[in-house]
Amino acid sequence: MQQLMLGNKALARGLYEAGCSVVSSYPGTPSTEVTEEIAKFDEVYCEWAPNEKVGMEVAFGASLAGKRSFCGMKHVGLNVAADPLFTCSYTGVNAGMVICVADDAGMHSSQNEQDSRHYAIAAKVPMLEPSDSGEAYEFGKLAYELSEEFDTPVIVKMCTRVAHSQSIVDPKERVEVPTVKYEKNIQKYVMMPGNAIRRHPVVEERTRKLTEYAETCEINRIEMGDTSLGIITSSTCYQYVKEALGDKASILKLGLINPLPVQKIKDFAAKVDRLVVVEELDPIIENHCRELGLEVSGKDIFPMMGEISQNMVAEKLLGKKAEFEVLEEELPVRPPVMCAGCPHRGLFYALSKQKITVLGDIGCYTLGAVAPLSAMDMTLCMGASISAIHGFNKALGEESEGKTVAVIGDSTFMHSGMTGLANIAYNQSNSTVIILDNSITGMTGHQQNPTTGYNIKGDPAGKVDLEALCKAMGFERVRVVDPYNLKECNDVIKEELSVEEPSVIISRRPCALLKYVKHKAPIIADPDKCKGCKSCMKLGCPAISMKKGKAVIDNTLCVGCGVCQQMCAFDALKGQEE
Amino acid sequence: MIKNIMIVGVGGQGSLLASKLLGHLLLTEGYDVKVSEVHGMSQRGGSVVTYVRFGEKVYSPIIDKGEADFIVSFEQLEAARYLPCLKKGGRIVTNKQKIDPMPVITGAAEYPENLLEKLKDADVHVDAMDCVSIAEEAGSVKAVNIVLLGRLSKYFDIPLEKWEKAIEACVPSKFLELNKKAFAMGRNCEA
Repeated sequence: MQQLMLGNKALARGLYEAGCSVVSSYPGTPSTEVTEEIAKFDEVYCEWAPNEKVGMEVAFGASLAGKRSFCGMKHVGLNVAADPLFTCSYTGVNAGMVICVADDAGMHSSQNEQDSRHYAIAAKVPMLEPSDSGEAYEFGKLAYELSEEFDTPVIVKMCTRVAHSQSIVDPKERVEVPTVKYEKNIQKYVMMPGNAIRRHPVVEERTRKLTEYAETCEINRIEMGDTSLGIITSSTCYQYVKEALGDKASILKLGLINPLPVQKIKDFAAKVDRLVVVEELDPIIENHCRELGLEVSGKDIFPMMGEISQNMVAEKLLGKKAEFEVLEEELPVRPPVMCAGCPHRGLFYALSKQKITVLGDIGCYTLGAVAPLSAMDMTLCMGASISAIHGFNKALGEESEGKTVAVIGDSTFMHSGMTGLANIAYNQSNSTVIILDNSITGMTGHQQNPTTGYNIKGDPAGKVDLEALCKAMGFERVRVVDPYNLKECNDVIKEELSVEEPSVIISRRPCALLKYVKHKAPIIADPDKCKGCKSCMKLGCPAISMKKGKAVIDNTLCVGCGVCQQMCAFDALKGQEE
Repeated sequence: MIKNIMIVGVGGQGSLLASKLLGHLLLTEGYDVKVSEVHGMSQRGGSVVTYVRFGEKVYSPIIDKGEADFIVSFEQLEAARYLPCLKKGGRIVTNKQKIDPMPVITGAAEYPENLLEKLKDADVHVDAMDCVSIAEEAGSVKAVNIVLLGRLSKYFDIPLEKWEKAIEACVPSKFLELNKKAFAMGRNCEA
């Protein structure tokens, strides 16, 4: 039966129907739901891995064993998993292996907007690019066929607008595929120089065959319209082009984005008067056209950054401008903020009060950089806080050691913080690392991780003991604080910064949005006692505002965490249970 | 002919149910439908937007400037923020509620005054309701989304029974009566 399906769910459905049996991924917006959806099928073994590299290697192992496998990640996750990717391109697969990477043009929830297509080219693996849910579903199935036919991992590239839009899909039944027998093959699977040297020509030959496939495959299709304008496009841009131009242009719609066809593009170009490539981010199809000696437009008209839209296509190619109303006044922005009751708030307030240099990391707590806390100096990539504080302190020594910390979440720590921590223990810098343990992977929407004690299905699982882990690495000083207790946070941070040895502080309290977390009744603000000093406003809690010079609590948001009470010198904020 | 509905509000206000219900209804009416939202920051109190598009054939998943026939808004400032997406002569169906964004909370900015009047001065129609009070009267403040949909339903040539069927399909049965009541109150209230 036809149904509206999220792009990510549609891809999961396609993979499932094609007999996918083993899945290992790390969450990352906008890719997370692919794995969450496939985890709902009992026929599929599914897990959250500590990071993308582990996930891809698990998927490779399962493929080697003879089962169709999958791993999913966001674009920056592929940086982490690049190592296995480049070499499993050489080994090829036993059973089919599919990788999903989801790009985020426009940076809705990412630290950069790198274009993952470069990875497919560099690692010489085929990449499919669906343009809506229906194609995500179909391409998921096709990816396994191509993987086994051409003996290669296959990447399905999503983007925010395909991953997070719902369109119509008509799902079918799962087809069980037999396990491919595992046979020892040292020349194919042991990538030491003598063997790899013989695999590289196989990869080049595979690319040649895939290029032949690209010339004739149905997913690279031509839709002829007016021949005065010819558009080459793919992904969500195809939808914008169709909407804006209809049959005012002829379109070559590419579903296989690596390798790109040669003759098909030349033939298409010969049929149209003007050739334009519409693609988000980097000029990959455009540069390919130039290499073929074609006269082509692309990034001379469309931007290298951000998203494209139907209006942009209409404006750039038809000169048509949208008409709309605007208010004259400037409206205040509404950025995302730490939630009311967020356990990170108290800890970040303590850091901001002590004017500490904070090397940050990736997660909800990156919002600690936002006013009024503004308690972050750097955020780069997963795990960088811990490695960077070591470098920072090695560079400045005593000048920075007593007033600099690294902050990293529990999930990010398991992802890639541990190796940095080992470096501090090994190469001995006097660094203080704060692990913000909120018992969940928060920003991506509550996924379990190795420290939570539960697996992707919510069943009990192994649990990494953070204190024991840090001690085993050689940290003598491992302290645990409750971030709802401002005095304790303040004191422990001061103490650990003053000692001359490396230390770890674990700031531990579960995310306030977790279902099992019991909230207290909202705080009551007493207008008679409130002097309007605005001390409580320094926390940046969305539940507190000033109305007519007095603090007011929004009782639909307040969870009674009590951190604001500790800010008030006039006893104007009362808990209802006191 | 494609129709476009934008649902805007503040993260955590319940726009997901509204888009789910509209998607379900429009699909059963035989339209091609696309529903699109940006996840990730949605629980963090930021500005959130969902696009619902339907017609014989829908290509783009997003609604661009000057394209929306309706803006359904959970909050005044958000209605104003997305005004440029509305067609000239389009309609805003909004909750009168005001929620201060962080720059207003910290005192870096002020919540704009008389926003509804300013919106009414633009070349658009505005239905503004105190949806929180209406929802509370219906039985739960959480039904704000259904109150808004009730109002929106007035402008669609789809019989009331079909809307009610969609509500039945999308909300748990124990909240069904409450939601039907909230829907009817939104549909029939003064605005």
